[in-house]
Amino acid sequence: MTENEPKEKMTSPPEPSQEKGLSRQITVSADQAEAGTDVWAKDKVFEVNDVTVSYADKAAVKGVTMDIYQNEVTALIGPSGCGKTTLLRCLNRMNDLVSSARVDGEILYHGHDLYGPKVDPVQVRKMIGMVFQKPNPFPKSVYDNVAFGPRVLGMENIEERVENALKGAALWDEVKDRLKDNAYGMSGGQQQRLCIARTMAVDPEVILMDEPCSALDPISTGKIEDLMAELKEQFSIVIVTHNMQQAARVSDKTAFLIVELDATEENRWGQLVEYDETEKIFTNPTDQRTEDYVTGKVG
Amino acid sequence: MAAGIPGSERTRLATAGARAATVDSLKHQPRGDVWKGNVFFAILLFGLTIALVGLAAIIIQAAVKGAPAFGWNLLTNGPSTLNPDEAGFRPALVGTLYLILGVIFLVVPLGIGAALYLEEYADGTRWWNRMIELNVQNLAGVPSIIYGILGLAFIVRGPLDLGFILVAGSLTLALLVLPTVILASREAIRAVPPSIREGSLALGATQWQTIRRQVLPAAIPGVVTGVILAISRAIGETAPLLLVGAATFVTFNPTFIGDNGYSALPVLIFNYAARPQDEFRVLASAGVILMLIVLLTMNSFAVWLRNRYEQQW
Repeated sequence: MTENEPKEKMTSPPEPSQEKGLSRQITVSADQAEAGTDVWAKDKVFEVNDVTVSYADKAAVKGVTMDIYQNEVTALIGPSGCGKTTLLRCLNRMNDLVSSARVDGEILYHGHDLYGPKVDPVQVRKMIGMVFQKPNPFPKSVYDNVAFGPRVLGMENIEERVENALKGAALWDEVKDRLKDNAYGMSGGQQQRLCIARTMAVDPEVILMDEPCSALDPISTGKIEDLMAELKEQFSIVIVTHNMQQAARVSDKTAFLIVELDATEENRWGQLVEYDETEKIFTNPTDQRTEDYVTGKVG
Repeated sequence: MAAGIPGSERTRLATAGARAATVDSLKHQPRGDVWKGNVFFAILLFGLTIALVGLAAIIIQAAVKGAPAFGWNLLTNGPSTLNPDEAGFRPALVGTLYLILGVIFLVVPLGIGAALYLEEYADGTRWWNRMIELNVQNLAGVPSIIYGILGLAFIVRGPLDLGFILVAGSLTLALLVLPTVILASREAIRAVPPSIREGSLALGATQWQTIRRQVLPAAIPGVVTGVILAISRAIGETAPLLLVGAATFVTFNPTFIGDNGYSALPVLIFNYAARPQDEFRVLASAGVILMLIVLLTMNSFAVWLRNRYEQQW
């Protein structure tokens, strides 16, 4: 089933476009109009307005403006050091944990300022969950791992939540007989799915994923990518990935960032180049730099 | 490059050459290195043997010398200057146990609390936090007699003015071993990977919930190690106890809270060992063994506790 999907999203290796003229772009949007869905009119979950993140007064990413939409998978791609993870961590205020981090600009979550003076980061993280690059299950049993979130948040029906979360993460069948076993006994792919289940158990609205598959083998990666397609019906997902093909396979919209150097070549920061529907980014991007990156000429 | 030779032949030559070079290097291991390795190993073994033999010698000598005094009298009778055959260590034993109990009650919460503050809450760039850290590390090495003087000046007399009671002795010993517990707890808390903390916080847990439910349970083995070290040191410290009023000769059982006197095992051993009669020397040796048994029992319990909660990352 999933074998066919990659081919649907990325029809052919993107050819260097000879005609970058307006005509081709108009053709694309005409197709879009025919389809009848305006993907830019959905509800916005995040509005990122001119956000600059600095660590110890050195900018890591500058001037990012983009909107993230409901029930979609939004991918952030780009070369190393372009600030994708930094930007992602801003969305659930995980950068608060780094004392030297400073966020300028505005991030709105359903219209509310995420960094407003009265906003409690703990409340923010209840609604915006995160899955990390290296699977980090707690040193407890499988059950206690998934139940941890609901327990500390004072939720009810813990057993039901655990079961639903594990089913939702496509892990239930594999672990239902060993819920009391230590989570460290599982394979890497299972551990990562456990981390996803753990995040789902607290019923967030958004799940942020920071290169969730980069530490996993291809088969586990495939399972998690399948999972993402199902999860986006319930959650909004933002994923950072180094793997362009993965972004092409799973995401609805893609943001491409690059590393900029200043004149002295000493300071580097990330910059958003283009943010558009995934199909457009990979087949007919507006910016030449995007084209070079997705065709493998640079980065 | 050998452009004229076909690819497969080139590969065969390359692998043959590599194989030959490796075999050659394995055969010709420099004799000097092997010899040096053996000598180093011998020196290590020698050092280990000296340490073990020394320790064994002390214990065996004490056991042999104290053997005649072994018996239930040791535990049930009080000290006696007239009847060394029937003398025992009972008040001192009770005193030591109460002292250690007091030390544990004081250092465990204080030590873990201080370590948590330093690791989880304190901003490391502030000068007062750096000063606290520096002080804790230095205090761990201060000679114990200084703690005795401190106890005498501030706890027995001075602001607290408790007098020469058991609680004062516990407080003094607690101060003595607190830096050790703080340092060991800090190491244990630091050993918990940041990824666990991040994972917990990302679910919407507060910092305290993360500490209480993830960091502390995982840090228990290290904390218990620190407490073991603390007890081992506290049990044998005689000098500070002498200064804060552990009377050398007490015939009644001390009470935990109360203002009658108290004694401790090392203090009574010192008393017995200083007497001219040989029977008391025998008693002193028996007391040493008794102290070792008490220490080993406490440590074994602590080690069992640590192993139960051991966590492999």
